Formats: sequence, C-alpha cells, structure tokens
Amino acid sequence: MPDPIMPVSIPSAASPPATILQVSGLHKWFGALHVLRGIDFSVAAGERVAIIGGSGSGKSTFLRCLNFMEMPTSGRIALDGTPLGRVSAGKPDAVRYPESELCQVRERVGMVFQQFNLFPHMTVLENAMEGLVTVKRMKKAEARERALRELDKVGLGDKADVYPGRLSGGQQQRVAIARALAMEPEILLFDEPTSSLDPELVGEVLRVIRQLAEEGRTMLLVTHELGFAYHFATKVIFLADGVFHEVGTPDEVLKHPRQERTRAFLDRFTEFSF
Amino acid sequence: MSYQWDFSPILTRWPMLLDGLVNTVKIAAIAILLGVLVGLVLALLRLSPRRYLRLPAAVFVEFYRNTPPIVHFFWFFYALPVVLNISLDPLVAAVLALSTQSGAFYAEVFRGGIQSIERGQWEGARALGMSHVQLMRRIVLPQAATRMVAPFVERSFELIKTTALASTLAYGELLYQAMMVNSETFRPLEVYTSVALLYLVLLVSCSTLARLAEARLIAYR
Repeated sequence: MPDPIMPVSIPSAASPPATILQVSGLHKWFGALHVLRGIDFSVAAGERVAIIGGSGSGKSTFLRCLNFMEMPTSGRIALDGTPLGRVSAGKPDAVRYPESELCQVRERVGMVFQQFNLFPHMTVLENAMEGLVTVKRMKKAEARERALRELDKVGLGDKADVYPGRLSGGQQQRVAIARALAMEPEILLFDEPTSSLDPELVGEVLRVIRQLAEEGRTMLLVTHELGFAYHFATKVIFLADGVFHEVGTPDEVLKHPRQERTRAFLDRFTEFSF
Repeated sequence: MSYQWDFSPILTRWPMLLDGLVNTVKIAAIAILLGVLVGLVLALLRLSPRRYLRLPAAVFVEFYRNTPPIVHFFWFFYALPVVLNISLDPLVAAVLALSTQSGAFYAEVFRGGIQSIERGQWEGARALGMSHVQLMRRIVLPQAATRMVAPFVERSFELIKTTALASTLAYGELLYQAMMVNSETFRPLEVYTSVALLYLVLLVSCSTLARLAEARLIAYR
C-alpha cells in the first residue's frame, strides 16, 4: 500500500507519460576496454526498468553513466529534453560537464549503491539529512522532519540516532534508500542493491523497493534477483557485451526470450532450481 | 671510579634553561602552524588532476624527504645572504627551514589520509549532488582527520626534536641554552640530562593532549 503521508504522483492516463531521461549513442571505454557499445535508451515518468545481464556485461557501468558516477566516453544524455554537458565547436565527441551541472543532475537522479556507502561518522538521521542540509540548503528542523519521515517509511525511524556501523546490512541499505528518497529525486537508480546482503536480509530491502514501485516512482534497477525483476519491472533489458541484447516486458524477456543468448543466461539461473 | 653528580650549578641557572624551553616551544609552535599550511597546499596540489600542479609539489616533497634537515638550516641562514643578499635572523631562518621541511612531510600525512577514504564515500557524497568542496568538507576530511592524527603527531614530535638544530644558528632554544649553561658550569652530564628530561616532559605532555584529541575525533566508532 502506498504510504498515506507521501503524496504519490502518477501521471494521469489521459496524457502519455513524459520522457524524463534520454540516452543516445552512449559509449564507454575503460582504457582499451569497450564496455558500452552504443546505447540508445529513454525512461518515461513512472517506468520501472530492470537491467539484467552477466558480470562484465556493462550493466552497472550503464547505470552509473546516468548520474555521471562514470563519465560517458561519447554520446549524449538529456534530462527533460535538455542535453547535458557542453560541446566545443568542431569536437562533437568531446562533451565537457561543468561541476554545477553534474551536481544538479545528481540531485534529480538519486542512487542506491551495492555497498550502501553510508557516512560512518554520521548517525542514521544525519545521513538522511545530509543532502538536504548541505546540497539543498534546507533548514535543519525541516530537513530533520523530512529525513525522519523517510526513515519511518523504510521502517527505521527508531534507529535515527544510531551510527550505521551498528546496523545490519539490510538496515544499512534501507537507510541508504531513505537518504536517496529524502532528496525527492525524479529517478532512482539501484545498483545491485541486494548483492552484498546475506540471503535472509534481501527480502526487507526488496519489500521497500516494491513499496516505492507501488507509489509509481520512476526507477532503474540493476539486479540478479530475476524473480523480483519479473514482478517489479514494467520493462526488462538484457544487456550483453555492452549492448541491449533484448528489451521487452518482463513476460517477453524473462518468460519468452527470443534471443538465444538471453535464454542461455536465464537457463543458468534455473539450473539448480527445485 | 664513581662520578659525583651535582645538579646545583644547573639549578641556579634554571632560568636560562627555562628561557630555552620557552623558545623551543615558540619555534616549534610557529613551525607546526606554518608547516600545516604549507602541507595542506602541497597535499591539494599533489591530489590535483592537473599534472603541472602535481609535479612541482612532488619535486618539493621529494627534495625535503631526501636531504638532511641541517642542510636546510644552513641554506636559509648562510646561503641566502650570499646568493640573494637576504639576511635572516636565526629565528626566521630556523622557522623557514623547519616549516618548509615539515610542510613536505605533513603534505604526505594529509594526502595519505585523504586517499585512504574509500571510493564509496566519495561516490555516496557525489550521488547526493555534493560539489567537490562540499564533499571534502562534510564527508572526506572529517573521516580523514581521524586517520591523520597518529601520523600527524608522530611528525610533529620529529619537528619538535629537530628544533634542536636551531642551536647551530645560535638561536637561544633549549639546546643552545644548555650549551651556554655548560660553558659556565663545565657539568655536561648534568646539563644534558636536564635537557633530556625537559624534552621528555614537553613531549609527554604533548602526546597526552594528542591522545585526548584523537579520542574525541574517533568517538563515533
């Protein structure tokens, strides 16, 4: 059930959902390694995209390019139709990104990491308030109120004054989600949010993500939890060798894959099922 | 043969040694302060993505790490007047020699502390939309500071002991005053034993303060 405290904005059925983020011709090289080989992609408001693929397929790199944790080698990313970065005359491939622009993008595109990346020298509450106070320059009292609301939402309101080091992995990841949510991002990126958790802690994090899905939030999720991806996503992307190998609804990609490569990948997951 | 220890001539000249101790603390305090400033600048230069900023800082640091401090003292005091026609008084020459040298070492302390902060912390801060300055101030430096305390204190103790070299420039710090007392009393054993004790008291007090500071900084763990 959607949390009654947070108003949920779902685009009305009458108007088609607007494209928020658009990627064209995205390439990423790490030295001599060609990780992303020309990706075109767009996300509309309310879409939930699950990105799957083997290790080294480039799925995390792709996600990390969207909020510039990695700098694209070439290609453009546009937010609300405005291309980001500046191109110098005569060099269409060399896009420069001023820091102020990157900061604005990252405020609007939140991220949850595999390793949580909470700030260990701050309490849970201070972690959730940090972006509001330092980046959004919100008054402390107001930031505190909003941070507590998000912590309540992930079920950790009672841990506000605890340092992250005292929490379990699942709890830490829920704090990280609250920290990202407090910024009220338009898009949330999840980079394998449950991959470093003990199996019995995965559920509590996935339940929080599902709750966000029910609110109609726009989210991208890189995951190995195919079962969750099936129920969570409106669109599934199978990434292999740096390109989108197969894109479709969860049913199309996960249940009736057309590509041989997708089938082989999925078979590895069912190999030991019972 | 048994040596007859006699501290009374030294005790009567106690104010001379106290003067020396005060001058040692003074020169050390100024040099630590300036050294920290020099060190911060050098560390930021060395961490810069720009090669033309990194390189000079690296050369500076390597020069001071690989040459003996007494040479720096002599250079500032004896060479500058000859080469550039600038005469410095002993205090200024000693402070310059000490703070440039310790600046080079502090720079490595700061750089090491900053670089020891995990990549995830930088990314966590950037992902919230923080600028480089904000993430340094709010996330990296507060955590790095706790890791810098121990090497910083270590380096500062080295610096305090190196102030003894200022005696070669006839600056009246503790060792120089001790030599003066010695020339009046001819009791080197008692004089230098007293000096050692004074250094010991000074440094033990400093390390107690440093431990208190460190305990406060890492309270969150």
